[in-house]
Amino acid sequence: MTNEKKIISRGFNFYYGKAMAIKNVSMDIYANTVTGIIGPSGCGKSTFLRSINRMNDVIPGTRAEGEITLDGKNVYDNDVDVVDVRRKVGMVFQRSNPFPKSIIDNVAYGLRINGIKDRTLIDERVEKSLQGAALWDEVKDRLHKSAFQLSGGQQQRLCIARALAVQPEVLLMDEPASALDPTATLKIEELIQELKREYTIVIVTHNMQQAARVSDYTAFFMMGELVECDITSKVFTNPAKKITEEYITGRFG
Amino acid sequence: MLRICMGVILVTLAVLLYDIFSKGLPAVNWEFLTQAPRKGMTEGGIFPAIVGTFLVTLMTAILAVPMGMACAIYLNEYASDNWITRLVRMSIRNLSGVPSIVYGLFGVVLFVQFMHLGTCILSAGLTLGLMTLPWTITASEEALKTVPDSYRQGSLALGATKWQTIRTNVLPYAVPGMLTGTILGLARAAGETAPILFTGAAFFLPFLPRSAFDQFMALPYHLYIMATQHHAIAKVRPIAYGTALVLIALVFFMNLTAIILRYHLRKIRKE
Repeated sequence: MTNEKKIISRGFNFYYGKAMAIKNVSMDIYANTVTGIIGPSGCGKSTFLRSINRMNDVIPGTRAEGEITLDGKNVYDNDVDVVDVRRKVGMVFQRSNPFPKSIIDNVAYGLRINGIKDRTLIDERVEKSLQGAALWDEVKDRLHKSAFQLSGGQQQRLCIARALAVQPEVLLMDEPASALDPTATLKIEELIQELKREYTIVIVTHNMQQAARVSDYTAFFMMGELVECDITSKVFTNPAKKITEEYITGRFG
Repeated sequence: MLRICMGVILVTLAVLLYDIFSKGLPAVNWEFLTQAPRKGMTEGGIFPAIVGTFLVTLMTAILAVPMGMACAIYLNEYASDNWITRLVRMSIRNLSGVPSIVYGLFGVVLFVQFMHLGTCILSAGLTLGLMTLPWTITASEEALKTVPDSYRQGSLALGATKWQTIRTNVLPYAVPGMLTGTILGLARAAGETAPILFTGAAFFLPFLPRSAFDQFMALPYHLYIMATQHHAIAKVRPIAYGTALVLIALVFFMNLTAIILRYHLRKIRKE
């Protein structure tokens, strides 16, 4: 764990039309750590996550205020190219969304759209990414088969490999294991521990045990506000706010 | 009750096809397909009409396919959902219901007279193209809607630009569906008489069109002449039936292509 702040959110507000989904969120995300975001449904945790790589931009009628900085640069500044932000901040979605292409073409997709044509470089990067996502041994003999033939857990790891291929610095994960069985979930969780050596990871999860297991820091969101954010062990054993305690002990949510 | 309805439709179709095949098939032979009409169109074949229909349909496709797809991409991928877009979309839906003779008149005024293109393949193709556009746009938009949003989001999240996303991760999965709808629209255009009646189709031409600015003969118009305008209608009846058969075969062939494309699309999706 380092003390380098990778992402800093200050006074961040987010609106869907007139509805305010994120209210005045200020928090720090440290480099090479896993930050878990928990909270009841509709608390804005996914919205906040998607604000970091500006994926909410694609939803019409949304608006952001305040700032989220990545390496000190506000990603919402006018001179920032959203495409650059998304190349630095990779994302894994709740439902694995492999493209209807072969396994290799899925992983190489991000490279090709970046104009990389060199076959050897692509092959190298694909292998490295699949190894990074702990999928290489399972698929190395069928790289040219359709990604849809993989199991749900494998598909999700393929999506992680696809995100790793473009060599991001941050990896956002939106409930990456919510549609997976316990074995596949465990694999993803182990993988997250491996990945944090090289990447800064922010993970939204519905599952508090998962947050406790995988994250170094935990942020608790409630009705669009950040209730508290601290070292995971502190949040789970000695939360600063009563409402956090009530949530993590299962009194609501 | 529903079965009776179904039965009536099937019987009608069967009778229609039987009538055309039984009376048309004897007229169709190699000479019929490859020769020009002779002796005041009482003998010979329908080759110029086949060529004319092919050319005018090609002209229609050149206009309607790229423009229709471009409109659909804009409407589905770029345009924001507001009252203007909804109005445009509603107008397009309504345009597809406008009678073809209205397009014919519009084509005369716009292309033949105002733009001085004259009666020719180009004018007729443009008119048919306009008529086909609403179908192409609607079918293409529906095809784009079937591409899951997760493909777009996944691609954008990897740092692809919007156009890269559309080009590499949306269009490849929508194009077969787009083509299916487009071909169905073109098949309809190939069989239309009214829009080409005033804009370029000729009663009889002793030569094949040499450029887009020539008049042409067309199967549906030829059939119309043979069935109602000829001086010896009874005598040319077999030619009329033969023409009908060729036209139906052409339209059927185009629809079949569309069906095969759709089948392949579904197969790709399932894998």
